[in-house]
Amino acid sequence: MKAGVVVFPGSNCDHDCYHVLKHVIGAETVFLWHKDTDLQGVDLVVFPGGFSYGDYLRCGAIAKFSPIVSEVIKFAENGGHVLGICNGFQVLTESGLLPGALMRNRGLKFKCEYVNLRVDNSDTPYTNMYADGEVIRIPIAHADGNYYIDEEGMKELEENKQIVFRYCDENGTAEDDSNPNGSLGNIAGIINKKGNVLGMMPHPERCAEGVMETRDGYFLFESIAKFIGGCK
Amino acid sequence: MKAKVYVRLKNGVLDPQGQTIQSSIERMGYDFASEVRVGKVFEIEVKDDSCRKDLEKIASTMLANMIIEEYSIEFEA
Repeated sequence: MKAGVVVFPGSNCDHDCYHVLKHVIGAETVFLWHKDTDLQGVDLVVFPGGFSYGDYLRCGAIAKFSPIVSEVIKFAENGGHVLGICNGFQVLTESGLLPGALMRNRGLKFKCEYVNLRVDNSDTPYTNMYADGEVIRIPIAHADGNYYIDEEGMKELEENKQIVFRYCDENGTAEDDSNPNGSLGNIAGIINKKGNVLGMMPHPERCAEGVMETRDGYFLFESIAKFIGGCK
Repeated sequence: MKAKVYVRLKNGVLDPQGQTIQSSIERMGYDFASEVRVGKVFEIEVKDDSCRKDLEKIASTMLANMIIEEYSIEFEA
């Protein structure tokens, strides 16, 4: 697997993603500058967290007009794998690669904490090393992670098993008490219908090594690396 | 002249900022404001109103996120 981490002005989790992909997973990894149009033959594109274009207008709204994103949209339409984390998830919804929208947190606060997530679909290229219903702990750090979609869209997500992660308590119960931002259905991460584009608010790259509080994020990167293959 | 693009949240989409402002108005001692919803206004200097169609395109693809928001356009001399 060759991976590319997109760098927008304002990205600040790009080096974390690069580190995990290159040094922890052992994948050949490159940075992709937002003004570039060459994806350098990567198999996986990662939109990292941060504040692309200063979060001007809406989070992720300006990024969708950058040259690299037009290329990534074509790449995804041809089946290429794209992972969006936090601001990267916002870029994916704004650019139409994933349905719905991410709005200001219900409590209006920037939330930076470990949360429990329930894996609701382990049959994706990004979650095949987890088990269905498994509860994992991954940190969030965002002010705009309140997932919204209309009723019809929600039905479609449910029917196609596109909801991959939900905020939950330690027993895996996804109720309002364990919802940090007001997301509909406690949604923390979704995948597109085709199964090649995943967006999630929590940061798996921040807990992918033994020195961190958990290593639960490692298995997401390991899943996609195994799925695509060719890593050490 | 000036084109004004108003962007507001669709009905039914929760607006926690508006709710917080509404309760602050109550704390100021006023009881007439039952709901507040926050929107944005974009003031754009233009030659004339022949750009309406283009502005609609700009509003629906960039200024507003049509999943959660709606827009309207006004011209002002």
